[in-house]
Amino acid sequence: MSSINIEKSAEKGINDLLRHLLGNGKVDAVLAMRMVKSSGAWDLALVTDVKNLAELSPLAPVMTVNASQVLSNLSLSGKKIAAVLKPCELRGFVERVKREQGSLENLITISHTCGGVFPLDLVVEGSVDDLLHKYEKVVATGEIPSNIRDTCKACEHFIPMNADITIAAAGECKPGHGCMIYINSDKAKEALLECTGHHGNDLLDPISLEKLAAARAKEREKLFSSIEKDCSGLDGLVNIFGKCVGCHGCSRVCPICYCTLCDFESANFDYNLPYFEEHLARKGALRLPPDTMLFHMGRLTHMSFSCVGCGMCSDVCPVSIPVAAVFSRTGAKTASIFDYVPGRDVAEEIPVMIFKEEEFPELG
Amino acid sequence: MNKEFTPRITSFLCKWCSYTGADLAGTSRLQYSTSIIPLQVMCSSRVDPVFLLKAYLSGSDGVLMGGCHPGDCHYETGNYHTRRRFALVKEVFDSLGLESARLKLSWISASEGPKFARVANEYTEEIRKLGENPTRKSIFL
Repeated sequence: MSSINIEKSAEKGINDLLRHLLGNGKVDAVLAMRMVKSSGAWDLALVTDVKNLAELSPLAPVMTVNASQVLSNLSLSGKKIAAVLKPCELRGFVERVKREQGSLENLITISHTCGGVFPLDLVVEGSVDDLLHKYEKVVATGEIPSNIRDTCKACEHFIPMNADITIAAAGECKPGHGCMIYINSDKAKEALLECTGHHGNDLLDPISLEKLAAARAKEREKLFSSIEKDCSGLDGLVNIFGKCVGCHGCSRVCPICYCTLCDFESANFDYNLPYFEEHLARKGALRLPPDTMLFHMGRLTHMSFSCVGCGMCSDVCPVSIPVAAVFSRTGAKTASIFDYVPGRDVAEEIPVMIFKEEEFPELG
Repeated sequence: MNKEFTPRITSFLCKWCSYTGADLAGTSRLQYSTSIIPLQVMCSSRVDPVFLLKAYLSGSDGVLMGGCHPGDCHYETGNYHTRRRFALVKEVFDSLGLESARLKLSWISASEGPKFARVANEYTEEIRKLGENPTRKSIFL
């Protein structure tokens, strides 16, 4: 629709933008990443006072929690919030809105072309200045940093879908070009009428990001074929998921797994004496905790078509199972049989909630 | 002692159509495979994908889903949802390199006793060719 160019770096430009929104009462709060200077720790911060905005690093390549999870309840509070989200967080939130777990009504969603995020174990300890500096240099040229999450390297949706405001941060963010802010909705346009900067009618040009898109597609192919090789057949599954300790961390951090009454956490999966007796009588031995494979396969059938590939699940796995790679790969397949792209459009219904009278003639 | 492999086929049959179809096969004195282990559900859409997975991972050699023909669901649209979920589970199986032929969906109405017997026999044969489900013996699942 329209654009604003601020002659500063992307990081400073987005801070100006947030200052405009919060300082002029366009929003009540801002949600963005923050680095705690004293300890080097990262968190997601909700800021209501302009003087705290300076602490934020909205474009930081860090995801401590998929923001769509915390945004669910916040978005229903009635307060106006400007939320800086990575493209997959925004897609995750759209999926949650479809599941009635939030609303886009009071939000101004700000997203950016994304260069990927670091695995958490890389950024939780000590100084990351050097890491960030190198990252920025690589990302600005449209290449893939070698130390980001596997699923980020393989992510093809690094251009935000449906953000009210898009910031150019990866690929086409070249020194001297300033911070390009693209405005995609009337709501955002109204809020940014008086924002300082050169107002224009530029559009984000996906062609400038083709190099990154091609590199990502190649990585995606590589990741998926390695998973296909390792995680094939029952033996492959046992190899990959046999390490599972049953902590269910992957489902707790998942933006799609919103069910507070998850079946796998319910009494259905409380194992009692008859269960053990029956299993032991049949097989003579039993893996404990039981049903870890059922848990992962169950989750694949319950939510893989909505998987946004954020990589949180792999990041929190205590035994380094490549959960995100398996889920992204299977998710791409399950979504494609319904021509579905998670987070593409809030009006598009979840595939298992709708049907066509004539489909899948090969079944039944 | 007969050492021939006898498959075990866990069968989720909807109360209004397929289970009644199975009853009709029985009262019509039709012979059908004893591999079929029928479970009655109120509607095929009651069957969560996890039920199919549980049956598969617990060592069922085949898992059969029976429902009303599309358009004839007792609850109007339940079986349309079943069909989507079934396609989903099959895709998950294929993507993981598991034998999706161990899953079968069939529409059998209350008046189709002979069809039930035929599906039961044919599917048993198919599964017999596939052999025993490796999950039967696998402990570490």
